[in-house]
Amino acid sequence: MKARFLIPLAVFLVLVVLLGVGLTLDPRDVPSVLIDKKASEFSLPDLFDPGKTVDSSSMKGKVWLVNVWGTWCPECWREHDFLMYLAKNEKVPIVGIDWRDDDAEARKFLQEKGNPFIAVGVDPESNAIMDLGVYGAPETFLIDKQGIIRKKHKGAMTRQVWRDEFRPLIDELEKSG
Amino acid sequence: MKRLGWIFLLLFPLIVMARVEVYQFDDPVKEARYKQLIDELRCLVCQNQNLADSNAELAQDMRRITYEMVSRGESDEQVVAFMVQRYGEFVLYRPPFQTSTAMLWIGPFIILGVAVLVLLIIIRRRTGEKADPLTAEDHERARQLLDDQKT
Repeated sequence: MKARFLIPLAVFLVLVVLLGVGLTLDPRDVPSVLIDKKASEFSLPDLFDPGKTVDSSSMKGKVWLVNVWGTWCPECWREHDFLMYLAKNEKVPIVGIDWRDDDAEARKFLQEKGNPFIAVGVDPESNAIMDLGVYGAPETFLIDKQGIIRKKHKGAMTRQVWRDEFRPLIDELEKSG
Repeated sequence: MKRLGWIFLLLFPLIVMARVEVYQFDDPVKEARYKQLIDELRCLVCQNQNLADSNAELAQDMRRITYEMVSRGESDEQVVAFMVQRYGEFVLYRPPFQTSTAMLWIGPFIILGVAVLVLLIIIRRRTGEKADPLTAEDHERARQLLDDQKT
């Protein structure tokens, strides 16, 4: 039993490996169960015209993005410039869902910093965002012509995520019926 | 004396944390079910808390939905299904037993079993390890050693 002293070392190494793997995982990252499922329909009051509604059904037959945001969310401020870039340079309509926000604040935000959205619906009671399985902002969804969620990105949209994950998929979805 | 009174006052928390919303139920059974449900559903924002303990805004909304569904007369299963459909089984503090959660459920018992096994082996070995009885020679050697020490 000369190798006996190696047992604690072996246990230690196993622990190191397990903890090491644990470090690379994001415990906050809950895998979405809604990918490749039909996006639930929403009909929300328009941020700029509360008399009107913003309906997901009007986007049928298009490849489009839903961006869940709020002026209370720092990452949303951070991604705003890139959303502006997308709205200007990429031909993808973005519908905004302003989540649990102060309407006046949100209007002011978009008027001052520019509005990348073709329409913004307000969701003060989390009804629409719960249907989308959202639990933090910002989140961006890619929805195809049939209304199926094809991709979801949590956190600020970045050039890299867009180039590597969204753009290729959008091109593919645009081509297909 | 007056100062003591002030010090005494400090013993009482001045800010009382209270849950914002209080839901009224027409039926105590429904209220119990609601409490049970928010106890077993996880808040997605602060993930180590359940809905009952969380002050996150999303948790408030999830509690409201739970309240609405329960008071509408929907079953516990329907409420749980609603949440799982949207947020996956992660929302369940008591996940169902299935292949992906089997280790979660059986794991502790496996570890317990291994620990008991190791313990038994160690005990076995200890009892088997009784030293051989000393021979006359051994006694002689021991005596000599002890004598050497004395001088």
